[in-house]
Amino acid sequence: MQRINEIKEKAFGPRIPREIVFRDRFRFILPTLLMLTAAVVLFVSTFFPYWHMDMEAPQYPRGLEMTVFVNHVEGDVQEVDTLNHYIGMRPLSEAGELERSLAVIAIGALVMLVVAAIFIHNPCALLLTWPVILYPGIFLLDLWYWMQNFGMNLDDSAPLSSIIEPFVPPLIGEGKIAQFTTYASWESGLWMSAGASVLIILGIFFHRRAYKPLLDEAKANRQQHENQ
Amino acid sequence: MATGGIEDGNPPLEAGISQADMDYLHIFDIKKMTDAVAAGKTDLINGFPVISLETAASEGILHFAPEPKSPHGADVTPDGEFVVVSGKLDPHVTVYSVPKIKAAIAAGTDERDVFGVGILDFDTVVEVQVEVGLGPLHTQFDNQGYAYTSLFLDSAVARWTLGGSFSDLHSEPDWELITKTPVHYNIGHLATAEGDTVSPDGKYLVAMNKWSIDRFNVVGPLLPQNFQLLDISEGGETMPVIYDSPIGVGEPHYAQIIKADKLKAWEVYPEVGWNPETMSVDPRAVAPGDEGVTRSGNEVTVKSTLIRSHFTPERVNVKVGDHVTWHMTNLETAFDATHGFALPGQNINLSLEPGEHQTIEFDVTDEGVFTFYCTEFCSALHLEMAGFFMVAPN
Repeated sequence: MQRINEIKEKAFGPRIPREIVFRDRFRFILPTLLMLTAAVVLFVSTFFPYWHMDMEAPQYPRGLEMTVFVNHVEGDVQEVDTLNHYIGMRPLSEAGELERSLAVIAIGALVMLVVAAIFIHNPCALLLTWPVILYPGIFLLDLWYWMQNFGMNLDDSAPLSSIIEPFVPPLIGEGKIAQFTTYASWESGLWMSAGASVLIILGIFFHRRAYKPLLDEAKANRQQHENQ
Repeated sequence: MATGGIEDGNPPLEAGISQADMDYLHIFDIKKMTDAVAAGKTDLINGFPVISLETAASEGILHFAPEPKSPHGADVTPDGEFVVVSGKLDPHVTVYSVPKIKAAIAAGTDERDVFGVGILDFDTVVEVQVEVGLGPLHTQFDNQGYAYTSLFLDSAVARWTLGGSFSDLHSEPDWELITKTPVHYNIGHLATAEGDTVSPDGKYLVAMNKWSIDRFNVVGPLLPQNFQLLDISEGGETMPVIYDSPIGVGEPHYAQIIKADKLKAWEVYPEVGWNPETMSVDPRAVAPGDEGVTRSGNEVTVKSTLIRSHFTPERVNVKVGDHVTWHMTNLETAFDATHGFALPGQNINLSLEPGEHQTIEFDVTDEGVFTFYCTEFCSALHLEMAGFFMVAPN
């Protein structure tokens, strides 16, 4: 029994002594609350748009628009594909197929990592959460990868291939392609995931502050034990 | 050469046709063509003398000049000195000099295409390229030294200055874009008043737009196309759209605007009984009092006159198997007094302008009583201008 407890403590960090829980409740609730909120916000972000592009051209008085979610794209995708075929760009449905199919499961896994980190009271918690912290950046990198992959690999047998040089639409802000002006913006889902990252960083900070004294105490106890 | 056939794995025509970097402006020497025909250097195809491509190449009838690909319009300036070509996929109009083309042909060329046609050097024959915008198509001219080019992708009309003999007509530098007016939407052709003649004249330009999108009330998915009137009289940067006009039938191509006083049309035909095909009085024309129905075997001849508001005769009796020859004369001499003649069941519809004569023939196959009637609202009693075509069984 003693042995099992030792292994548990090694893996998950020290448990909180009862007397401290009652005396210093806020110290332990704060990181839990921050990280739990982050997990919820991250999960909810999958229902919100991450990235948006507005396109303006003379013959589209109402403009065209596209909204990227983690697992699908909404908006004038068919019209954009129809226009893109002139310049030899592949259909948008071929971009990030793997990412879109795995997105919800992957984000579910990230959420689980955050939840797990709540229960682990040693520095492993940081190890578990850093993929979650980096996630918004990874999303943008992946989006940029596909935009440059599509924009730089135009089929040179397309009807208008000779007038459109390969291009990478900007990840944010204004761009110009033939008679189109494009405006890209980061949307609520992406901001939510970025917010989750901030909450996790804060959570880890308070998590560490809450459990470091316990860890240190346990370590001191062990050393004392060995010395005896 | 692109032949299409995506079902066989070939590139679609839209891509295949636009693969080469340059297309060719075809320059024909009409004098040499007439000489070749006179010398009998022609092939007979379906009875027509045709100059073959080989002959055109070897006799120097045809020359090529490279032009930006997917070209539209080869529009000659009013003085005949320049040819304006727009490569749809190039933001420039390319202006060729006619004297330079003639000099290059006279100097000769060693470059030949696969059919042996001489290819002139691009830089030698081009006067200038003017950047006007995206998707240039066709060009028209005015009497102020400007050219007007339709821009499909920009959905605009570009006004730019001509050089050469037109230089003094405008105050801006030669060969320069002056202004662009957005049009709604996707312009194809355009027309200025007498804008492709030796003396353009007038204040207006018509933009022939393929799409109207939000310019008119939407009454269903099939939208009218849109002719827009632009006032080009002021010159410089002023070139407003002043009127939208829905066009129900696509798709608007070449239109011509001419001065109204050039039209000297008849108001009515000069004499009653006129045949517009022979431009003379038809010998079969029916005079008042000569109307009637006569029969010879199964050949029935009907002589009719039309005048407000009745046909004479009003009853025509025939039999199944008859062959009918029907002479019809509109006796009207009044301006705009057109009558129509419809005979449902026999698939006959005529329009008879004032004074016009027409003769029609048909075989009678179905028995019954058919009403014939006037189809132009000719008078207060137009509805009563009718008669019966009665077919008895044989």
